Amino acid sequence: MSQRARMVVFGAGVLGFAAVLVWGLGGLPDFGDFAGRYGQYLAQHSLPERHATSSIAVTTFDFRGADTLVEEFILFTAAVGVVALLRVERASEEVPAEPEARRRPTARSGALRSLITAVVAPTLVLGINIVLHGHLTPGGGFQGGVILMTALFLVYLGGSHLAIGRVSPMAAMEASEGVGAAGFALIGLAGLVIAGAYLENFLPFGGRNHLVSGGDIPLLNIAVGLEVMGALLIVVAEFLDQRLLMREGKL
Amino acid sequence: MSFLPYAVAAWLFVIGLYGIVTSRNLVHLVVCLSVVQSSTYVLLLAVGYRTGGTAPIYADISPSKEVVDPIVATLTLTDVVVEATVVALLLALAVQAHRRFGTLDPNEMGALRG
Repeated sequence: MSQRARMVVFGAGVLGFAAVLVWGLGGLPDFGDFAGRYGQYLAQHSLPERHATSSIAVTTFDFRGADTLVEEFILFTAAVGVVALLRVERASEEVPAEPEARRRPTARSGALRSLITAVVAPTLVLGINIVLHGHLTPGGGFQGGVILMTALFLVYLGGSHLAIGRVSPMAAMEASEGVGAAGFALIGLAGLVIAGAYLENFLPFGGRNHLVSGGDIPLLNIAVGLEVMGALLIVVAEFLDQRLLMREGKL
Repeated sequence: MSFLPYAVAAWLFVIGLYGIVTSRNLVHLVVCLSVVQSSTYVLLLAVGYRTGGTAPIYADISPSKEVVDPIVATLTLTDVVVEATVVALLLALAVQAHRRFGTLDPNEMGALRG
């Protein structure tokens, strides 16, 4: 289809879409007048019933915990999907599935290295802080997990690699992803066994506005943080491997 | 200006769609798709807003204070995660397409394989 014909079709479609959209938006409550009772109910009951101050975290991990379980597994599946798409295809054509000199220092700039060395530890602490305070203030496992992933990725960008004993960084990240995903499901299962319903809280709620409060919400946040960090690093590492193999002329 | 947030959501949706239709590069197309999806964040958060309401975080406000809807915030979080996964998978597919066709231009791909 020519560019022009495409624009004509697009224009007609957009006009129709705009008409339906204006009609639909006209039926919404005015901005600021939302009267949904369910959200207000959850907001008002999160502090008295769960002792956690962030009603968004309570909604995410407690009142609507099953949604979040599925959401976490969407991310898990996506990471597996990216690995399958990139690595499996590479391996099938007599190309190594992984570059030989993995995680070889890429940067040789001293300034970059010093800067990154200075930034990594604060970023790591910030990420852990966001994960652990997820039930009290804005943040949580998803947000903190992304920051943790950034911290570890900075180490790579700075031209070093993480040595975790004899375990390769990728294996550690795969373990982190797996432990995070399984952890969420198992905490839910513990709720089923101990409290009688899947993802039902089975821990004491603790003092209001304390770091240890909200029942199992902090544990779920940690599980999600591990899962998000692992999944995103795996995705980024797969794209980097692809690039490295291309640069080595093997693709 | 009570319609402005809805107008922003509609605009983001349409301009992203325009980018997808006219895109000459698969990576650009994926970014345009994320623009389309960001319109849903604006729409969700706009729907849940209450005039004078603050964030539903009770760490430093009184429990009787009016707050915005926490459910739309939760849904937006889900939305962001879904977008991240969609973008990751689509970029992986773009890498595959580039290997197969030697180009990232969707128009030329059609010409090559009919």
